Amino acid sequence: MAEFQVEMNEENRVYTKPRLLTDAVMHYCPGCSHGTIHKLVAEVIEEMGLEERSIGISPVGCSVLAYNYIDIDWAEAAHGRAAAVAAAIKRLNPSKLVFTYQGDGDLAAIGTGETIHACNRGDNITIIFVNNAIYGMTGGQMAPTTLLGMKTSTTPYGRDASLNGYPYKIANMITQLEGVSYVTRQSVHTPAAVRKAKKALRHAFEKSMDGKGLSFIEFVATCNSGWKLSPVAANQWMEEHMFPFYPLGDLKDI
Amino acid sequence: MEEVKLMKGNEVVAEAAVRSGCDGYFGYPITPQTEIIETLMEMRPWETTGMVVVQAESETASINMVYGGAASGKRVMTSSSSPGISLMAEGLSYLAGAELPCVVVNVSRGGPGLGTIQPSQSDYFQATKAAGHGDFHLIVLAPNSVQEMYDFVFDGFDLAFKYRNPVMILTDGLIGQMMEKVVLNRQRPRMTDEYIAEHYGDWALTGKKGRKYNIVTSLELDPQVQEERNHRLQAKYAAVKANEVRYETRLCDDADYVIVAYGCSSRICAKVIEMAREDGYKVGMLRPITLYPFPTEALKALKSHVKGFLAVELSTGQMVEDVRLSVGSDVLVEHYGRYGGMVHSPSEVYDALKEKIINKLK
Amino acid sequence: MAKIKGSIIVDRERCKGCGVCVVSCPFGVLKLSAEVNSKGYNYSFMANPDACTGCASCAVICPDSCITVYRQKASN
Repeated sequence: MAEFQVEMNEENRVYTKPRLLTDAVMHYCPGCSHGTIHKLVAEVIEEMGLEERSIGISPVGCSVLAYNYIDIDWAEAAHGRAAAVAAAIKRLNPSKLVFTYQGDGDLAAIGTGETIHACNRGDNITIIFVNNAIYGMTGGQMAPTTLLGMKTSTTPYGRDASLNGYPYKIANMITQLEGVSYVTRQSVHTPAAVRKAKKALRHAFEKSMDGKGLSFIEFVATCNSGWKLSPVAANQWMEEHMFPFYPLGDLKDI
Repeated sequence: MEEVKLMKGNEVVAEAAVRSGCDGYFGYPITPQTEIIETLMEMRPWETTGMVVVQAESETASINMVYGGAASGKRVMTSSSSPGISLMAEGLSYLAGAELPCVVVNVSRGGPGLGTIQPSQSDYFQATKAAGHGDFHLIVLAPNSVQEMYDFVFDGFDLAFKYRNPVMILTDGLIGQMMEKVVLNRQRPRMTDEYIAEHYGDWALTGKKGRKYNIVTSLELDPQVQEERNHRLQAKYAAVKANEVRYETRLCDDADYVIVAYGCSSRICAKVIEMAREDGYKVGMLRPITLYPFPTEALKALKSHVKGFLAVELSTGQMVEDVRLSVGSDVLVEHYGRYGGMVHSPSEVYDALKEKIINKLK
Repeated sequence: MAKIKGSIIVDRERCKGCGVCVVSCPFGVLKLSAEVNSKGYNYSFMANPDACTGCASCAVICPDSCITVYRQKASN
């Protein structure tokens, strides 16, 4: 049989940049997980038909400028306070989809209090937690989730428990709270993982819209610049080192 | 419907919140203002007006809930007392930077640190000059009666939305805990979502229906653009200064000496000027009602016939600096105040007036 | 027998040359180019276009959403 050329028309198009992603070129480093996670957020909101009813809360950290990339209403919160901001917006606007998008420093260090109490109140929001075990924006310092032995600019000889304490699994902690309906840990390091994560994100958003309590979706992610690895090597390192400590999968779904 | 009641200052704030069409109150217990959230929880306004009331986990969370609610175009407020207001410094700066309307009540107490739960006016600098980092101002209202506690919640929301700026009602434990007659004469419904979308749709997060998406942020990485934003804020503060100065004078027209006092101190000083007049001294009083903007021009005008000013405040001397800036160095300005939770008596103030002003100028 | 074939368009100017698509392609279609775009990135391209099935793995994982995927079925 003779080879044929694929006609690049609308009928044959099976995948393209989601409509809700703006044309702005993202400021993230090449290969950064944020870009893929942003895309999933845009796709799920679009597929659920919620673009006119969505309000996102961006954090302080690399994803502070998330509001430039997804074409919905956004508020930029003070460092760590996104969950409190989101909780109030949702309580005052119960028909809206309200979600936060936060990194590990924002959520699990400076914002631990706001996070845990939003979880405990069972606010009907979704928390998207991107855990790459490092502070990206300020240039690669230790995060609360930095693994033992991991080198960062503030743990130049590796994280030492006696000096820096231990990495902790905030997803496991909040699983214990009554107000939390859904906790899952996902990743975007392979196409299959991205597809699975998208389903989880949709499930989280649906639960928020159905008033089932708080949904928490952690993305175990890379920061190849901070880790000083290539994007591909960072994904491998994550599989070998991050996944054993932060295993993927659902922790709670009630 | 007009009602006359005998109520505590703090209780009235709760009553005013519900009746002023407030959409959400977010607070944390701290003496001497806890009756505000207690009264709201007792009232259960979510069953009547639909107003949301949340006891947050901290003042930090409260003010950020206010930030979220305000970002969605709602009438929202919080209240606290001095140490709690310090925790809100970050949020107040973000609210001002993102140009969001809200009302924050500070029923202040003595400090520094944990200080005392007794009344004080030592948060004047914080409220009027440096409520947080960066170049910004709150609009600051200073009630001196339970009635004004009621009225200023309404006025506060009006000013907050007129200028898209946080408004602080700076009061103290004395006014907050005091019972007095109050006329509950104003009432208005909450804004509908349609009203918010129509009137505030150019900035409020209402879902981007029929419009481009809105972003509420105080971040601007381009310094040139950030400078422009600061220019815009300064222009707004200039408009506030031009249009919103409020003060009250008493017996100032023929006064040789004027007491400047706000809030609870102005009530004490009202007695002082009576005592002085009985002794034949021509003493008047100017009461700033807005602390920011400060009634600078009104004070300056008094220089035509006033020989000396005494700033009376429950602090070691804060508002007195604004009095000096207003009238200049060619007229006598002194300060008197008790602090640490102590409240001056009329006779103490009168003695100070004689010693620091009248006798010096004889 | 139906044969499925795919093809992609890479937005070369948006591509940051991270290479995640290259390793995600199950059929070894993609490589990073020797040339660079205006930002200096070695953008991704179809080095082996005949092997593309239009599975969209590359586009799904692309952090910068710069890949559009087409897929066509041809019957004998």
